[in-house]
Amino acid sequence: MAEVNVKIGDLSLRNPVLTASGTFGYGTEFEDFVDFSRIGGIIVKGTTLLKREGNPCPRLAETPSGMLNAVGLQNKGIDYFIEHIYPEIKDYNTNVIINVSGASVEDYVKTVEKISDLDKIPAIELNISCPNVKEGGMAFGTSCESASSVVSAVRKVCNKTLIVKLSPNVTDIASIAKSVEDAGADAVSLINTIMGMAINAETRKPVLSTITGGLSGPCVKPIALRMVWQVFKVVNIPIIGLGGIMNANDAIEFMLAGASAVEIGTANFIDPTISVQIAEGIESYLNKHNFISVTQIIGKLEI
Amino acid sequence: MPKKFVSDFKVVSNDKLNESYFRLRIAYNGELPIILPGQFAEIRVDGSSTTFLRRPISIHDVNIDKNEIDLLINIVGDGTQTLSRLKSGDLLNMVYPLGNGFNLLSKDSSALLVGGGVGIAPLLYLGRKLKQKGVDVNYLLGFKSTKEIIALDDYNSCGNVFITTEDGSIGEKGFVTAHSILYNLPIDKMYVCGPTPMMKAMAVFASKNNIDCEVSLETKMACGVGACLCCITETNEGHKCVCTDGPVFNIKDLTWQK
Repeated sequence: MAEVNVKIGDLSLRNPVLTASGTFGYGTEFEDFVDFSRIGGIIVKGTTLLKREGNPCPRLAETPSGMLNAVGLQNKGIDYFIEHIYPEIKDYNTNVIINVSGASVEDYVKTVEKISDLDKIPAIELNISCPNVKEGGMAFGTSCESASSVVSAVRKVCNKTLIVKLSPNVTDIASIAKSVEDAGADAVSLINTIMGMAINAETRKPVLSTITGGLSGPCVKPIALRMVWQVFKVVNIPIIGLGGIMNANDAIEFMLAGASAVEIGTANFIDPTISVQIAEGIESYLNKHNFISVTQIIGKLEI
Repeated sequence: MPKKFVSDFKVVSNDKLNESYFRLRIAYNGELPIILPGQFAEIRVDGSSTTFLRRPISIHDVNIDKNEIDLLINIVGDGTQTLSRLKSGDLLNMVYPLGNGFNLLSKDSSALLVGGGVGIAPLLYLGRKLKQKGVDVNYLLGFKSTKEIIALDDYNSCGNVFITTEDGSIGEKGFVTAHSILYNLPIDKMYVCGPTPMMKAMAVFASKNNIDCEVSLETKMACGVGACLCCITETNEGHKCVCTDGPVFNIKDLTWQK
């Protein structure tokens, strides 16, 4: 039986499968479907310093092999999370990672400081790539300087594994990844959603309330895979790959391109049990190909 | 909330009811869980290249003895079109039962169940459950024309049925919102499901007459379990998920009258 545990900085994952922020709620929504002890971790909904109502409806547009969303980081804020949600989820038998977003460097720092006291949260995923809010997120992830400044500031107050989630809406994701590594990130995760839009020809109006939204699902996978590969060539920190992973084979492709772990996002909507199936599928693949450890396939694309 | 499942069902029958409505009867090979009236299922659509997400479809009826569920579906796009081609013996994958369901009246009271278009679907199972509790069940169902009306035997078996058609071909002419029954029947509670303008008009009627009123909302959904936050509606307490906080809302909690 192949070993499937991986390390992301100081964070140990029993297997490389995490659930992506914004697609798995706080885990509680999936308790009827997923045995958390069989996945590497859960990355909970993007959390901000203050409560956010998110964008108006409609927030969703389906595409033939994916979806656009314009949720806009609806969440009740970090204080509510700490008081009401954390006690409910802290004892899950898996890693509980919190995704943090902000409108300013100060916001990010204050939010991360508050999380520092939460013993059962081993890692933070810093979202510098949400395409759905005007003032925050992606603005930081689209230039090396701003990405570096927010990561350096957060690093000073972050005593946990720091994963930085990158935006694909850039000309050179590898250079952003490198800046983030230099600024002290322990790992990078990529990709967040790709900016897209949908139009209703009958009404001649945009489908989403925000006109543009974030595209996810299997349609983005080739782009995500290419970006993981580009980033793998320039950074020395672990990469967590995501973008349209629907099955174990997709996950293995990301690992071959250089990802040490993967996040399952939109696929949770199509099959709420998929994360465990993917974890099992990775193990079967390793056994079938006589690997003794999952680490043997990371970045082992044969060219 | 009852436990949720993801399961394969076998199609028992697929009956075309009119131009665009069909009824799928599906059977589970095991014991069905508790399903509340007003709950729905997220159905995976296999074999449509343009349909990615599951389709939220309300539970039309439940036969607990046979472990069968009926779904009344209106063909509106590729997803429902694909489902309309299912044949007996085919498999259907569902995540269910989802959502909160209606709050049932207790016995010796009178309920008016108002449905428009495919919004009549969840009212059959609701009427059946209300009747079992000893509630006086009255249906007020609105259709465009005779062509759209489906066989109403099932509804007749659960309560008194009143009809409106927009062209007056059957029942009273016009919309449900103007039917004479609204003024001639003692009503303790209204349950409404249909197009949003109809539900809003019924909500105004209910408020004016101090009648407790629940509506079942329809929106596009992705996850169906409260994780993605795509299917929100405005409430007095801010955004709520139609899939988990609803689909049934009391009109007091919605911001429709503001």
